[in-house]
Amino acid sequence: MDFLNSILVKPFADMFEAPDFLMQVLWEGLVSGILYALIALGFVLIFRSSRIFNFAQGIMVVFAALTLVGFHQMGVPAWISVVLSLGVMFVLAVSIERIVLRPLVGQPDIILFMATIGITLFLIGFGELIFGGENKMMITEELGIPTGEFIFEPFGGFLLLEQKDVTAVAVAAILVVALLMFLNKTRMGRAIRALGDDHQAALSVGISLQTIWVLVWFIAGIIALVTGIAWGARAGVSFALEVIAYKALPVLMLGGLESITGAIIGGLMIGLLEKLFEIYWGQPLLGGNTETWFAFVLALFVLLFRPQGLFGERIIERV
Amino acid sequence: MLYRTSGQFKTSYVADMALFPVRQDAVLLAIILAFAWVILPLTASEFAFQTLLIPILIYSLAAMGLNILTGYAGQLSLGTAAFMGVGAYACYKLVTIMPWMNPVVAILLSGVFSAGVGVMFGIPSLRIKGFYLAIATLAAQFFLVWLFEKWGWLYNYNASGAIQVPNLEMFGVTVAGPTASSHVQYYVVLAIVSLMTMLCINLTRGTLGRTWKATRDMDIAAELIGINLMKSKLTAFAISSYIVGVAGALFVFMWRGAAEPNLFDIPLSFRILFIAIIGGLGSVLGNYLGAILIVGLPVILNTLPETFGLPISSATVEHLNVMIVGALIVFFLIIEPHGLARLWALIREKLVIWPFPH
Repeated sequence: MDFLNSILVKPFADMFEAPDFLMQVLWEGLVSGILYALIALGFVLIFRSSRIFNFAQGIMVVFAALTLVGFHQMGVPAWISVVLSLGVMFVLAVSIERIVLRPLVGQPDIILFMATIGITLFLIGFGELIFGGENKMMITEELGIPTGEFIFEPFGGFLLLEQKDVTAVAVAAILVVALLMFLNKTRMGRAIRALGDDHQAALSVGISLQTIWVLVWFIAGIIALVTGIAWGARAGVSFALEVIAYKALPVLMLGGLESITGAIIGGLMIGLLEKLFEIYWGQPLLGGNTETWFAFVLALFVLLFRPQGLFGERIIERV
Repeated sequence: MLYRTSGQFKTSYVADMALFPVRQDAVLLAIILAFAWVILPLTASEFAFQTLLIPILIYSLAAMGLNILTGYAGQLSLGTAAFMGVGAYACYKLVTIMPWMNPVVAILLSGVFSAGVGVMFGIPSLRIKGFYLAIATLAAQFFLVWLFEKWGWLYNYNASGAIQVPNLEMFGVTVAGPTASSHVQYYVVLAIVSLMTMLCINLTRGTLGRTWKATRDMDIAAELIGINLMKSKLTAFAISSYIVGVAGALFVFMWRGAAEPNLFDIPLSFRILFIAIIGGLGSVLGNYLGAILIVGLPVILNTLPETFGLPISSATVEHLNVMIVGALIVFFLIIEPHGLARLWALIREKLVIWPFPH
């Protein structure tokens, strides 16, 4: 009985006893959820337009953030460093398309997947060679991101929201809306979606595969830079950040590999649920640090009921 | 010239399906085995044993296990390192609970545990396919490594949280632990790896192997011709995890000597996946070629700056290593997506018809 009580009753009692703490936990979960969703978005864009499962997305986040900090350390003003980093991400997108993807067009999925792992390793080595392996401070203040705190007192308690987190959430929301507008309202965006629906049909109406691939990898690079800034402001910039890249994978599973809505909702769900589980079940009952696997196990269970994820395209198989 | 198939006629189906349809293959294998069993142990230095020979064999075995699952049965797995961990921890528990047990028996038994865990995590494969399954195997990867860290019973509640290999004797010879000699360990590893290779070759040529291949090529079609998908996928998971688990036990007991949970983290999984893919999915030979490349390359790269007298710090070399390995993976995928084993097959074809082009 004690055991059942500690699993089924006590966590919820704790939640009701300290609603302000619960709100703090939910806020933390929301912020990390938004960042997972952003990384997952980068994956989804590339997967939709080329069926490439881009494992390098997480490393692109670190690489973009490191480039930004690196430029600033060389004495370049903050905003010009941002522009320069975007330039670097563009060069990266073009070279990945030229050197890696173009020769591998039409190969089985697993080969392309391995190639992106190769890119990941290359970027890790290259980044550490140039920027060094140590943890760096994100140039939060120089970019004009507020660093103060909002303090609320709901239910007579205490709730602390860091302003940089609030900024991150706002910027992420703007980015998502901008991306959706781009995909739905512009010519290029429609071309990306067309390519996602049917490669050959898209090619036959004159959509250039190469241009679109460079474009989606560049957009993924922009998303990576924004994620890198937001996450770097919380935890500093180093290759330890790549673990958050793995977190984007269960988000994809949960949301479905093709769905942008799925990436966002999946990200938020995983961010919130893993924080709740860690605080109310993981730490008291399992010895903590459950965040490393909870998301995967959750996604696995959802997949048992919906093999294509919550929002993925229905898998139709023909013989 | 030397590699000629002319004059070797096959007069029965049995001869056609023989393990070595070409006589030269058997000779080549005999030469390689002679090297592995006699010449290398006599000539190799301690350094060569520890940095090249033993790890190459162990990595090949792990890659072979993965290859059964990914290359033959078509189920992509990213959790290999965790299953190696299960093997290693199972072996550790076996030899600490029953110290009288023969260490080789313990190593072979520990695979059974990892096979069990493998089947458990393989059950979702009946419903989940492709990349979704690959990510699902990551659940095993992260969950098991977490378990190795948090479940004190697994490492006998020692303060460091790591497992230390005790001195183990077999017929009066120390085979594992700090005082074991590299020669003995090499022979134990070689014996087990040879045995497993033989097992794999025959499994993949037999009914089970053909069932796996049918499942890989198109599972619905396989089901329609009467293959039990559940049986086929779960046996692939079981046998693959068994081999991987044995490789994990060897990894810790015959090579590393000690292990922390994070040794079995995701980079090790990827390393083994690289070996299997660069070597060639769906081939046994490929695992060896891949392992030689992936294990040997960093060793060569590490010694290069010294031989040329370049003043590069070891940290820089480390980073350059990672970068070069990454670039080479992409390079090999571009020149031959089907791996080194396919490259060897092409060379063989050319040799057979040499000097004519067709």
